[in-house]
Amino acid sequence: MYDFNFAPVLAAFDQLAIGAWLTVRLSCAAMLIGLVVSIFCSWGKTSGPKILRAVIDGYIEIIRNTPFLVQIFFIYFGMPSLGLRLSPNSAALLALVVNFGAYGTEIIRAGIESIHKGQVEAGWALGLSRAQIFRYIIMKPALRTVYPALTSQFIYLMLNTSVVSVISADDLTAAGNDLQSATFASFEVYITVTLIYLALSVGFSALFYAIEKMTFKYPLSR
Amino acid sequence: MIRVFGWNEFLIIVVAAQWTIALSAIAFAGGSIGGLLMALMRVSEVRAFRRFATGFIRLFQGTPLLMQLFLVYFGMNIVGFAINPWIAAAVALALHASAFLGEIWRGCIEAVPKGQREAATALGLRYYHSMRYVILPQAIRIAVAPTVGFLVQLIKGTSLASIIGFTELTRQGQIINNATFSPFLVFGTVAAIYFLLCWPLSLVARRMETRFSRATAR
Repeated sequence: MYDFNFAPVLAAFDQLAIGAWLTVRLSCAAMLIGLVVSIFCSWGKTSGPKILRAVIDGYIEIIRNTPFLVQIFFIYFGMPSLGLRLSPNSAALLALVVNFGAYGTEIIRAGIESIHKGQVEAGWALGLSRAQIFRYIIMKPALRTVYPALTSQFIYLMLNTSVVSVISADDLTAAGNDLQSATFASFEVYITVTLIYLALSVGFSALFYAIEKMTFKYPLSR
Repeated sequence: MIRVFGWNEFLIIVVAAQWTIALSAIAFAGGSIGGLLMALMRVSEVRAFRRFATGFIRLFQGTPLLMQLFLVYFGMNIVGFAINPWIAAAVALALHASAFLGEIWRGCIEAVPKGQREAATALGLRYYHSMRYVILPQAIRIAVAPTVGFLVQLIKGTSLASIIGFTELTRQGQIINNATFSPFLVFGTVAAIYFLLCWPLSLVARRMETRFSRATAR
């Protein structure tokens, strides 16, 4: 019978906490920058020139149909031959942004397309300014529509960050790997790390739910 | 001695794709059985079943696939099996697929209008027959597009098996890259093969989805 030994894992818990903190920061940074990329690309896809549309389409299809792991390898090992040498952590951030950007674009575009044309025309008729129409008639309802999809994409992104440990970025999984090679308590280490990830995803879901309740107070009209 | 990335290296990578395909097929087959079980448990009238399936799905959707692979890989040691990347990858991916397919298919079963179930009951059909002849045939039609979509995710997921030392497409790419030092060509080739495997599936899923939404639009 196997003897479980969690003592060395608990003794080095601060290492895991530091790794978890990097995972959180990396995910949040990638989400924020990725959102900017997504908003730009969804604008380009809905109303940009034809060439830009084709480029963005290609970007989305390539990212969505290749594994994240290969994207990281491509960026981390491939970029230096173009003269761009990145640290593991910045390569990880770049890969996450590029990945999230593709999925985010599709989500936000769907949201913008869900806005009925008549709504915008009604805004003009009411004498709203261009900025007001964009803010109140397009962006706010669109964001509310896509908010659940965006948050679950964020959770997916956060779980995906575990893969960046392969290029020795120092996230939670990497901290787990270090601890595993120091203690040989493989199963105990990874079950602890898995539980931390679970806590993070449950925590973020709860946070997003609270934000949703506070931000989109007015009832959904259909 | 650095090897040059040539025709041979290219072929080695292409041949390694068979392991990616094999692993995806096994994970999908295992995941289909597990997923059907999970979906039926989720819509079951027995509370213990519902609870178990909900917990299983939450656990697998709330933790990274990489951790699931590690846990199965190192967990095999605990239950007394020799550590084997092949079996570990297949089992972990099948469990992962069970959770995701279970959740997708539950949605499809619930998308069948409630009146159908009531009509089946009114006709005197018991649970098995109403599922077998009334609910599931309709749910399957709704399920095809999202299932093909998930298959893409699963094929991409098999790349993580390389981290526990299973030599499939990505791992073979790494090996060749270590020998040739041409990451652009190597990982470009690897990415292109994944793309060729996944893109047709993505297109099929999307086309079926639009066709279906047009068919059911009111």
